[in-house]
Amino acid sequence: MSTAELVNHKPGRSYLLSAVAIVSSVVVFVIPFAFIVLTAMKDRQQAADLDFTWPHQFQFVQNFVEVVKARDYMLVIAFINSTILTVASVAGMVVLAAMAGFVLQRRRSKWNGFINFLVLSGLIIPPAVVPTIWVLQKLGLFKTMPGLILIEIAFGLSFCILLFRAFVATIPRELDEAAIIDGAGPLRLFFRVIFPLLRSVIITVVVVQSVNVFNDFVNPLYFLPGDQNATVQLTLYNFSGQFSTQYNLLFMDILLITIPPLIMFLFFNRQIVAGMTSGAIKG
Amino acid sequence: MKSVTITSIRPRSRSDATPAAPAAGGKFYTPYSFWFYLPTAVIYSVLFLVPTFASFYYSLTRWSLFESKFIGLDNFVLFFQEPALVKGFTNTLIFAVVTSGSKVVLGLLLAVLLTSRIVGRGYLRSVVFFPVLVSTIGVGLLFQVLMNPEQGLINGALGVIGIDGPGWLTDPKWALMSIALVDVWKGVGLATLIYIAGIVSIPREYMEAARVDGAGSWESFRRIVLPLSRPATVTVVILSLIGGLRSFELIWAMTRGGPGFTSDVISSVIYKQYQAGFYGLSTAGNVILFLVVTAIVLPLSWFLNRKEVNL
Repeated sequence: MSTAELVNHKPGRSYLLSAVAIVSSVVVFVIPFAFIVLTAMKDRQQAADLDFTWPHQFQFVQNFVEVVKARDYMLVIAFINSTILTVASVAGMVVLAAMAGFVLQRRRSKWNGFINFLVLSGLIIPPAVVPTIWVLQKLGLFKTMPGLILIEIAFGLSFCILLFRAFVATIPRELDEAAIIDGAGPLRLFFRVIFPLLRSVIITVVVVQSVNVFNDFVNPLYFLPGDQNATVQLTLYNFSGQFSTQYNLLFMDILLITIPPLIMFLFFNRQIVAGMTSGAIKG
Repeated sequence: MKSVTITSIRPRSRSDATPAAPAAGGKFYTPYSFWFYLPTAVIYSVLFLVPTFASFYYSLTRWSLFESKFIGLDNFVLFFQEPALVKGFTNTLIFAVVTSGSKVVLGLLLAVLLTSRIVGRGYLRSVVFFPVLVSTIGVGLLFQVLMNPEQGLINGALGVIGIDGPGWLTDPKWALMSIALVDVWKGVGLATLIYIAGIVSIPREYMEAARVDGAGSWESFRRIVLPLSRPATVTVVILSLIGGLRSFELIWAMTRGGPGFTSDVISSVIYKQYQAGFYGLSTAGNVILFLVVTAIVLPLSWFLNRKEVNL
């Protein structure tokens, strides 16, 4: 029995409450998702009715093929782009933030206060859009994938550094000392001794940030415009013209781009929860 | 003489000590090299700090990315004179306050519910949390369809029980609140999760002691759960305020700031001015957003973190 179970310790009540909770969760959360799935299987005319009905005829495969083929296989290109973006930027974030978080936790210096301030600013301050484009243009990175990858890394670093710093604090210093006595230099100490121990927090960072980067719409919109460079979030606008939205295809697309986060959720539920609730207990 | 003074110094405690011995020449050897900061520092400064500082200057100019002309505070004056832009400013504040307020209340209630002994707890937790992971644009387009005034599922359902639903996204009075509603729908799972983590970490003994003393459900909630989940509340408030003030994707997906400019927020104004080529004005919007976020979040987090929990 956990703490909160003791709060509601009258056992008789909970069946009615459970029934109410489950029914309302179905209405509020399950029906919208069921609506996506059902509409994705309808034909174009029935989908345009926008109602919650069973499809007259199932067109799952046909809709799937049409969505993939739309605008010269844009969705395929977008999936490739998104995958490259997500993998590269998350890998960069993990390595850089782990190094920074490690030194930030271990080394006491007069700069620590300032560095912590910078890390927190990164969480709070909204990035300035046009000046960032200006900087990217000066560097020759505007409208390029490497540019967007660096942007995602820069904006995601703060969150990762905080997680890594907190986790490094739980690794005993004696371990560092032992490694140093055995002759390890700074790089060796970090990559051979510390980095492998960070495994659980690395998984958390990877899962949370890859969902974030994959779902990101704003940064690709600003920093990587153009159909050739589309990421998956931008493909959603393929099917919604002002007057002739193809709802079956639109919802098929939503369904397809929801699958990667869903897989993450099914396999890494615990790590996602750990990452997103860090800070809830300590404040 | 000197060596005597050295030996008489109390050895520093282990945690304070520099782990490795100082090398010759007075320079300390440390395995925690500042070089480790270098790549992070370069990326972060070039792509985040430089643009942030540059935005302060360029917000005072008429700017075409290649040349800029200093025009003083004209952009800011324009921002606070043009009704469309002022609307964006006030909407941002309303949106952030409404969404974070609802997330705190609903998140806490759901967390208490989902830590109690009810049937299907795991299912409920998953289903409440899952929207957090779904693409914001996808959710926006989904609800655009569900909130369709004539054909939409929501008004259809309300019609069955005899309520004439409003034009959620087409009525200027409702548009912003409808988006806020969807934002809460999508984000409440995260608030709930944070509260659950907070509640679960409350030591059992407190509850047991309260029960022995004869406290009912309400009293234990009021006297124990509420004060002790304060760190969670701080996290939820700060996170959802930051998110709410910066919110763009959902608004863009659902109304693009419309009808008219009644659901514009600062972020959507920034994007619209950027598209229109008014880079100076867009950057001024960014500076205003920066000032709003810091002016609200910094004092608030200082205030919330300062107060100690007294049980």
